[in-house]
Amino acid sequence: MMAVDIKSLPKKALRDTYGEVLVELGKIDPDMVVLDADLSESTRTHKFHEAFPDRFFNVGIAEQNLIGIAAGLAYTGRTVYASSFAIFLSGRPWEIIRQQIAYNKLNVKLVASHGGVSVGQDGASHQMNEDISLMRALPNMNVIVPADSVEMEKVLKKIHWIKEPFYVRMSREKFPIILPADYEFELGKGYVLKEGNDVSVIACGVMVSMALQAAYELEEEGIDVEVINMSSIKPIDRELIVKTAQKTKAVVTSEEHSIIGGLGSAVAEVLSEECPTILVRHGVEDRFGISGPAWEVMEELGLSVEGLKKKIKQALDKKSKC
Amino acid sequence: MRDIQQLKEIARQLRIDIVTMVYNAQSGHPGGSLSAIDILTVLYFGGFLRYDPTNPWWEDRDRFILSKGHASPALYSVLAKVGYIPHEELNTYRKTKGYASDGYSRLQGHPAWQGNRHGTPGAEASTGSLGQGLSIAIGQALSGKLANKNYRVYVMLGDGEVQEGMVWEAAMFAGHHKLDNLCAIVDNNNLQIDGDIRQIVNIHPLPDKYRAFGWHVIEIDGHDYNQIINAFEEATNTKGKPTMIIAHTVKGKGVSFMENNFKWHGVAPNKEQYEKAILELSAGGV
Ligand SMILES: Cc1ncc(C[n+]2csc(CCOP(=O)(O)OP(=O)(O)O)c2C)c(N)n1
Ligand SMILES: [Mg+2]
Repeated sequence: MMAVDIKSLPKKALRDTYGEVLVELGKIDPDMVVLDADLSESTRTHKFHEAFPDRFFNVGIAEQNLIGIAAGLAYTGRTVYASSFAIFLSGRPWEIIRQQIAYNKLNVKLVASHGGVSVGQDGASHQMNEDISLMRALPNMNVIVPADSVEMEKVLKKIHWIKEPFYVRMSREKFPIILPADYEFELGKGYVLKEGNDVSVIACGVMVSMALQAAYELEEEGIDVEVINMSSIKPIDRELIVKTAQKTKAVVTSEEHSIIGGLGSAVAEVLSEECPTILVRHGVEDRFGISGPAWEVMEELGLSVEGLKKKIKQALDKKSKC
Repeated sequence: MRDIQQLKEIARQLRIDIVTMVYNAQSGHPGGSLSAIDILTVLYFGGFLRYDPTNPWWEDRDRFILSKGHASPALYSVLAKVGYIPHEELNTYRKTKGYASDGYSRLQGHPAWQGNRHGTPGAEASTGSLGQGLSIAIGQALSGKLANKNYRVYVMLGDGEVQEGMVWEAAMFAGHHKLDNLCAIVDNNNLQIDGDIRQIVNIHPLPDKYRAFGWHVIEIDGHDYNQIINAFEEATNTKGKPTMIIAHTVKGKGVSFMENNFKWHGVAPNKEQYEKAILELSAGGV
């Protein structure tokens, strides 16, 4: 694929896709149950509620109960989806997720909306920048951060049939659609969106489209960026990380998440073990977010194309001094 | 005697501030702010809460915690009216830029504690994640007892919020420890985000539940000033038990098209709706 100007691409919110695909899956899988905790319109699970009122339960504002009930349903052999905002789904009931869903490798799909700082106005209390870290640390847990709505659909249709725990993370805003309709998601595999020779950007979520844009803009400055969509954060594609690092000798990770514990850390772990390489982590620095319109907050925290370009240049600079 | 007409006039002005803040930010929660504001008005302006806006850290002050933090416009409008913050600062609600030392806003989407870098003077806890405020209030009440101080701690919860397990862990503890310097209020407007609480997961009968947990329970109409005043008086005079005021309220109270409509939980009015709301609140001079 060539670098593209993402501003021209159509956009869609991942959660809209989530609501639609839940209904599709509900039609073919009668054992499936969906749970929410008083945020069903925001997470779009209300679509499933409308289609299958008997197989949807709203537990109210009670996220620990949400996870406990999800676990109980899964113990009896059902495929369970539980949704809320990322902060309330992964944060409040974390230890119950650990004890029930992860420990017993239950068939529960935790699908979080409103991850990251693009939550915007609700502010730090609602901006979850630590969930990838929290979930990635759990044995048996798979962690997926789709890059656009095309990938969201492919992810759901694939993992629905894998009887293991998953954490799938979406953000609130609409993302540019960057993947082709025939794209296939593979668990544990990254996807090279654009090949390049100077520096590799390994990104997830909305930062993948920003990475493409950065690559497009940097092309004019003669910088050849490789862009990789690493939606499967756990398991992660060790082979691809090593391959791209060996080629470009400079890696930038980019995520709408803390630079501690998320994709950046996962890539750092692989690189330090396999092939130590210059690495710059782009994400939310070790700080809390602020209230404000979504893209203004993103910009303020450096989660923009400009912010990413700076990090890419930092990586190139370090590489030249190495 | 308290001048009820005057209190109502204050609440009318605060309602205008609330709707204006949400309109200016094009974001926020009008419904639960409007249902809570009469109670907050009586608490702050009716002589119950003892505080000093010129000295937000006064050790002997009473504390108020807004556990249902999404109703921050109600709290911020009050804090501006009593002088903790300038009135024009209300324009920075949910905005990126504001009056904090680092240039960000001190009026975050959900309240941040006054000791927080982005906190609001007069805000006694960081809330927004539901279910935490009652436990925090207990901690502050316990600390007052330990230090032989006679300050009181007030905390307001949403009725949907009461579905959180932590609220009941806290209720059990407060009853067990007979925390009579603690007064909780449930803003019982019957609505949560997804609809009617009684249809989603019913929390009632609330009075019986709190009584069983060792609380003194008072049920009132949360928009009737005499009843609110009497309830706070009764709470202050209640010894040996924490008090729970269950206030029956109307979500969106004061703006006709927002009243009792869960769709107005967390959306901002457009220009036309805003003008209509202001017209109603202006004419609605008590
Ligand atoms: C722990 C947690 N879960 C979910 C939410 C999202 N949320 C914000 S307000 C709200 C509904 C609150 O209803 P209620 O307590 O009745 O408040 P009110 O009607 O007074 O606005 C929910 C679910 C949250 N803020 N915190
Ligand atoms: Mg309510």
